[in-house]
Amino acid sequence: MTRPPILEARGLSVEIDGIRLLHEVDFAAHSGRVHALIGPNGAGKSTLLAALSGDLPAAAGEVRLGDAPLAGRSPKALARERAVLTQDHRVSFPFPVREVVAMGRHPWARSPEAEQDDAIVDDSLAVTDVSHLAHRTVPSLSGGERARVALARVLAQRTPVLMLDEPTAALDLKHQEDVLRLARTHARRGDTVLVVLHDLNLAAAYADDITLLRGGRVVATGAPAEVLTAERIEAVYGQAVEVLPHPRTGVPLVLPVR
Amino acid sequence: MTGTGTGTATGTGTGTAEAGTRGAGTTQEPLDPVTAPPSGRVTLRARRTLLFTGLALGLVVAAVVAAGTGQLAIPPGEVWASILRGLGLSNAPETVPNADSALWNIRFPRVAMAVLIGAALAVAGTVMQAIFANPLAEPGVVGVSSGAALGAASAIVFGWTAAGDLVTAGAAFVAGLLTTLLVYFTSRAGGRTEVVTLLLTGIAINAFAGGALAFLTFLGDSGSREEIVFWQLGSLNGARWQEVAVMLPLIAVAITGALLLGRTLDLFSLGERGARHLGVRVEAVRITSIALVAILVCSAVAFAGIIGFVGLIVPHLMRMAIGPAHRPLLIASALGGALLLLLADLAARTLVPMAELPIGMLTSLIGGPFFFWLLLRTRRRSGGWG
Repeated sequence: MTRPPILEARGLSVEIDGIRLLHEVDFAAHSGRVHALIGPNGAGKSTLLAALSGDLPAAAGEVRLGDAPLAGRSPKALARERAVLTQDHRVSFPFPVREVVAMGRHPWARSPEAEQDDAIVDDSLAVTDVSHLAHRTVPSLSGGERARVALARVLAQRTPVLMLDEPTAALDLKHQEDVLRLARTHARRGDTVLVVLHDLNLAAAYADDITLLRGGRVVATGAPAEVLTAERIEAVYGQAVEVLPHPRTGVPLVLPVR
Repeated sequence: MTGTGTGTATGTGTGTAEAGTRGAGTTQEPLDPVTAPPSGRVTLRARRTLLFTGLALGLVVAAVVAAGTGQLAIPPGEVWASILRGLGLSNAPETVPNADSALWNIRFPRVAMAVLIGAALAVAGTVMQAIFANPLAEPGVVGVSSGAALGAASAIVFGWTAAGDLVTAGAAFVAGLLTTLLVYFTSRAGGRTEVVTLLLTGIAINAFAGGALAFLTFLGDSGSREEIVFWQLGSLNGARWQEVAVMLPLIAVAITGALLLGRTLDLFSLGERGARHLGVRVEAVRITSIALVAILVCSAVAFAGIIGFVGLIVPHLMRMAIGPAHRPLLIASALGGALLLLLADLAARTLVPMAELPIGMLTSLIGGPFFFWLLLRTRRRSGGWG
């Protein structure tokens, strides 16, 4: 991995209301890879994602996107570089699903790319399995359906960097796998996918790189098999686990000791 | 925060199951996925055209009828002839004695004012609901109107009006703007409006403004008292062309500004963070919207006093008819608000013979129960406030 990272944090610290949530975090995500952020509750995963997306300012250090600092870019320029799926999938008014997904095209309004708006929206609806809901209003959907609509909107933005905060939280088994397969497809096409996950097995199966956080600090970063060791997980989560290689694929399986 | 949390938690269970079965039957969501595939968009466009045409025609008819109704009854044909005469397009003689004088000096300015104020209040409500991302935000409910009225009353009682005719309007404007800012910054947290805080802020501001208005009424001489009562109850009585001339450019500019923001306002329904992720300069849009709301509400309050609930009822009905997309919604709200206030003013001056009801009283009598119904409906449909 000698290529320069697409998204990078150097000595990044973030504070909210005087409380330091991230401590001198070094982080790098490369194009063509799915990078999972894992860690116990309150580890700073969402905070790191928010800082990398430009939502939270750096108290110290800096975030670089492409080859330039993130700070100081216009919201529109950023919106053409990265799309963010937050954990809040609510839509305040009864907009039809298709209109919400079409909102993802807003950064490209009045640009040559806008010509493909309809095709891109249709495609985003299809890959997230919500085409059949296109004319339903968002508030009438279930939590999982709403999450997939939000993902469709994020994909419709067509940015080289995708930041997904717990995209699988509200989803059933099949759709969890679908979403991560989708993340991997995007990565194989050359996108950079950053995804916050709670399920260590999903992270192990789908991520190319994993960064483990605790208390606002990076504990370990690297390939799943390097990061996910039983000793480390137990130390970070306070829960004894066994880590076994999958008999067929060799992917680490993390099982709590019960 | 806790209120929102529990509301949503229970809502996903009961609300969704309900929405699934109810959705197909209610008039608000006729876009059933089974019966309306891609044609749903065509239907929507047709519905928008139909609504715009209907409202525009209704507005013209209501304006002619309203202008002809009063102690001196003037048939619609004669009203039309008078308009043509006034514009220099006809020189047919008057068939009703004094018709021209009554129409051009009294009725037409009043009709124009009703149309302008109705449009202003409805558009202000729509914009406010968009930036608060909440259908319950309304200038009257959250206290902006009474804040503006307090400004006007202060100008009257403390004699600032000596400095000129427009001082009262100016004081209403400044007070209204400050109130809007106060409401906005107290009721937001983490890029979302806390509905409970929003409504409680409204209660607090309305209570304070009510007390302060009572105090000013107590302080003032009988002349000022009458004026203050006028502000509180709202009336289009004594509308003059000069007032229309002041209002027209302000309201026209503000409504145009709101229309230009239309698409951007849609994105606010994703929350401020979501809007920012899509490239919206959230702070700039927010401040612009607040200024627009203040211009619209304060222009209305400055010349007609508090006329509540127009900004709540109209956008809601229009959203039910054509969906929440803001550009068409703003146009429909402007037309609908104008029509509603024109009819309300007609009712205010004709319901009781030889007497004039305050129009603000009338809209509150209709709007209060409507608001109550809206609360119950929201509660039932989504299990609380999302």
